[in-house]
Amino acid sequence: MPDADKISVRIRVNGEHREATVEPRTLLVEFLRNHLNLTGTHIGCDTTYCGACTVLLDGRTVKSCTLFAPMADGSEITTVEGLSTNGNLHPVQKAFADCHGLQCGYCTPGLLLSTLHLLSKTPKPTDQQIRKAIAGNTCRCTGYQNIFKAVRAAAADMEKG
Amino acid sequence: MYSHPFSYHRVATLEEASKLLLHLGDEARVLAGGQSLIPLMKMRLARPAALVDINGIPGLNTIERVNGELRFGALVRHADMEDSEIAASIPILHDCAAGIADVQVRNQGTIGGSLAEADPSGDWSAVLLTLDTSVRCVGTNGDRTIPLEEFIKDAYTTVLRPGELVREVLVRVPPKGSGSAYVAFKRSAPVYATVSAAVQLVLDGRNICKHARIVLGCVGLTALRAKDAEEALRGKAVGEKSIQAAADAAHEAAQPQSDMRGSAEYKRVLVAAFVKRAIGIAARRARGEQVEAGHEYAGR
Repeated sequence: MPDADKISVRIRVNGEHREATVEPRTLLVEFLRNHLNLTGTHIGCDTTYCGACTVLLDGRTVKSCTLFAPMADGSEITTVEGLSTNGNLHPVQKAFADCHGLQCGYCTPGLLLSTLHLLSKTPKPTDQQIRKAIAGNTCRCTGYQNIFKAVRAAAADMEKG
Repeated sequence: MYSHPFSYHRVATLEEASKLLLHLGDEARVLAGGQSLIPLMKMRLARPAALVDINGIPGLNTIERVNGELRFGALVRHADMEDSEIAASIPILHDCAAGIADVQVRNQGTIGGSLAEADPSGDWSAVLLTLDTSVRCVGTNGDRTIPLEEFIKDAYTTVLRPGELVREVLVRVPPKGSGSAYVAFKRSAPVYATVSAAVQLVLDGRNICKHARIVLGCVGLTALRAKDAEEALRGKAVGEKSIQAAADAAHEAAQPQSDMRGSAEYKRVLVAAFVKRAIGIAARRARGEQVEAGHEYAGR
């Protein structure tokens, strides 16, 4: 594809302005991983199923394998790299670690962002609300029970402030 | 996975989108939420040469009630609908919105895109066909409003002309004494339903069904009105016998195909069971009960 057909995509990722010139068909997840070197966002199924590629787009979770990068132009993105501050884990990350809410860790970046999105909308979720909130994130290791524990622990921790 | 290359165009108004689509020709497609189109493009089942992205058009994500009508802008996301108090005044809308795929897809997918895509397994067409719904479209010759039953012609096919787009979806609020329900069965959250049933009833004070609309999803090339099932309820008391007759009629009306989601006969049995369930919930709601309904899947 000639360079003239490439387009410039500017986004704010984890509070920083970033820009790259890419083919329009570049998926948001590839833009993050290959052009901005933010490899914390994973590619699992690449078919809008597994949720490993979940990021926050203007505060709402999306599957970044199912957006073309130009669609995110001008928006605010949060990836897993943006969760900790000065080396301190975010309460959601800490809860997943403390509760063994992960084994291989491949699905974890997506689950962390789905949890964050849930708790930003529903600070005290019921078990049913938790199940519904993470229904778009597949984990093949944990059997989900420790993930539920982690989400409940994160909710309790964040409520304390 | 990479889609076929395409040129990308962002527009600021629907009128601009309409002109540009005509200019770009048959190989151009509208890009709304992209939750159907982008997977199709990645699998190369769709290979548009150009995309016209309408996401930046202001004012297309509003939900309002004007007189007896709810108006949804083309870019209202399923999640917006799920959270909308205005939309909740017609419970079947919430049943549907809250269970389409998963949170991430609901945050991005749009009602206008869902109707324009006309996927036989799409949820919105089945739900909205039970209500008096019309689609307001914009083209280079101005706007026209099309009843939903005329809007969807066939699988993946609408009456939209070249250069025409959905502007908003208009839904008439049903009368007092109405009850509706949408139930869908899917194998897991992110996938399309295997079958679905949407029911809208009006009962009089003596439990007699004055009006019924029953629509089956995923068991035909489009969502199907099951008119014999409606007939089985109309003018009768809503009870075990009439509900069973309606379910039997739905079993006959379904035109399912065997595929990876199940055999045709399995889907017939399932859709009849879901019609039964949806009528029961709609009737309870018509009598003023609060009942939950929606998509059902393992682990929900």
